[in-house]
Amino acid sequence: MKQLLAFVRKEFYHVFRDKRTLLILFGMPIVQIVLFGLALSSEVKNIGVAVMDNARDVQSEQIIAKIRSSAQFEIKEDELNYKEIEEHFKTGEIKCAVLFPANFGSKLYKAEGAQIQVIADASDPNTATTVANYLNVIVRNYQGELNPNTQLSYQIIPEIRQLYNEEQNGSLNFIPGVIALIFMIVSTALTSVSVVREKEMGTLEILLVSPFKPVLVLLAKAIPYLVLSLIDFIIILLLSVFFLDVEIWGSLPLLFVESTLFIITCLSLGLLISNVTNSQQTAMLISMMGMMLPTMLLTGFMFPLENMPKIFQWISNILPSKYYYAIMKGVMLKGLGFSYVWKETLVLVGMSTVLLFIALKNFKNRLQ
Amino acid sequence: MKNEVHNSHLSAANSQLSVICKNIVKTYNKGEVKAVNAVSFDVQKGELFGLIGPDGAGKTSIFRILTTLLLADSGTARVEGLDVANDYREIRNMVGYMPGKFSLYQDLTVEENLRFFATVFGTSIEDNYELIKDIYDQIKPFNNRRAGKLSGGMKQKLALCCALIHKPTVLFLDEPTTGVDVVSRKEFWEMLDRLKKQGITIVVSTPYMDEATLCDRIALIQNGSIMSIDTPDNIVKSFPKPLFAAKADNIYTLLQDLRSADEVESCYPFGEYLHLTVKTATSDIDSIKQIAGKDTVNGLEVKRIGPTIEDSFIRLMNEDNVKENTKEKADGK
Repeated sequence: MKQLLAFVRKEFYHVFRDKRTLLILFGMPIVQIVLFGLALSSEVKNIGVAVMDNARDVQSEQIIAKIRSSAQFEIKEDELNYKEIEEHFKTGEIKCAVLFPANFGSKLYKAEGAQIQVIADASDPNTATTVANYLNVIVRNYQGELNPNTQLSYQIIPEIRQLYNEEQNGSLNFIPGVIALIFMIVSTALTSVSVVREKEMGTLEILLVSPFKPVLVLLAKAIPYLVLSLIDFIIILLLSVFFLDVEIWGSLPLLFVESTLFIITCLSLGLLISNVTNSQQTAMLISMMGMMLPTMLLTGFMFPLENMPKIFQWISNILPSKYYYAIMKGVMLKGLGFSYVWKETLVLVGMSTVLLFIALKNFKNRLQ
Repeated sequence: MKNEVHNSHLSAANSQLSVICKNIVKTYNKGEVKAVNAVSFDVQKGELFGLIGPDGAGKTSIFRILTTLLLADSGTARVEGLDVANDYREIRNMVGYMPGKFSLYQDLTVEENLRFFATVFGTSIEDNYELIKDIYDQIKPFNNRRAGKLSGGMKQKLALCCALIHKPTVLFLDEPTTGVDVVSRKEFWEMLDRLKKQGITIVVSTPYMDEATLCDRIALIQNGSIMSIDTPDNIVKSFPKPLFAAKADNIYTLLQDLRSADEVESCYPFGEYLHLTVKTATSDIDSIKQIAGKDTVNGLEVKRIGPTIEDSFIRLMNEDNVKENTKEKADGK
């Protein structure tokens, strides 16, 4: 026991004396949360819009005023001709242009009806669609205000409610993904590198030729990174709550238990990688390419799994992060209890057991 | 099998032996590279035994087999009566090992390294302080310096302290003085002598021939085979021919002249001199002087010298090469 403690303390010395490790450990989660939370938002805000009003009547002015006052739009330029509008599209200043024809107001009250032309920059199709929808809504609302009494009969109005995320806070979805990613980096990549470093430096030779039980080397390596991963978990949760205004619905103890379980899965993976590699670079590459990329791409946190070809969906089933992501989404964002995530938990328990078993089994008591 | 182990424990002859190596063979890359070729040697208890040979001779492989880090392809080895393949746990408890490469934690201080290894080995610095005192006192002023920032000699002293901290019965030191300055090397060997006096069996390897004389017995090793095992004195004494040293201002021409002469058996550069042996017993300083051509008369000096370990090593190596060549030729036909 005393031996194990000494070993764990030594591991902490390594971590706290290496600036790069520290940066990865504590810089990475913060940077990722900030990046995903602010910069990489998929929400559409402050879209530059150009207006060309050939009508100049009350009705067109009212619509323009509505566009101006909405949070989504920002009128960049007034009174442009076609040529200038194209110029502004090209420079990217505006994403959309609204054109009112002459006699807009007078046509509005005639049988033929009035038209508005909306031009959107579809080089980014998602934004173009969103922009067009927003404008649609504004125009329809205005129409409703014009003749509130003449309700059309047999009208279906869908009442949409965005469940679990009423304010459409885009930060919610990626937080479980970022947590999974950080665990992969800390528990899998850093752990495997730290074991392989002992091989490279030759210190493992001394440790093997000593009364110290070789398997304890693995345990002593795993404990510090388990603790560090949990610290990272707390940092991310705090940042999410106080910086990104995310509300955590589920029970915190359950979140911690599930996270610890997933960390153990990642640690087993890391130890397994360290057993089969002999250089820090190889260990890093395997954990990055083999573990982190699939975690980012195939767990549903960046791209919806349902849209992927069958083969990728099948591959995603063997990734532990997929189950952890599902658990986190359920517990953290929907407030589900254990009874809803026990299946995923069971899968993770099974994976950890198998991986840990293989890792311990493959640990070499001798040099190659 | 078990009975055999007990028998060897009991047998009087073997109880005096600390390390027994029998026909150890080790190959790498699926047999392509033969690192250790049927090596056999014994080390007495309390002996300072040296494996002397150049880089790539197979010294590290032998050390790793004896410290249970590698399994030999064939052959048996015992340390303190324990089999290196089957009883590796017990062996690991009782031996101290210092690998060739500096293998301590560079980012930990001197004291942290020592304390870590002491604890991990189930002891403490205080418990075995007497054993390491002489060595530790020299690096104590640098207690708070990171191991990576120590000089080569200091690193080796620290590594030796760490290898000694659990009071091993046998100490394996793989090239402990490589990359260490002359003064530290001398100090290091003095330390080994003191450890030997405390009854610790020491197996040490070195590529430096001058260190061989400091061992009780040495094995000269080349290309994975042992060429000779004996005390350094006996190895030097068994040098069969008179040895001469020669030098001239134009030493390269002198080397060519001597090598082309019929009565010269072998000639090789050795420091600022050329060392040579002759075929006929009648040859003396004067007859060698006559071989030298006109261009080498300037500064010509020839003298009779006693052989060193290195001379013996070169001679044995050449004999081996000749044997090998004739064998290869015979095989070819």
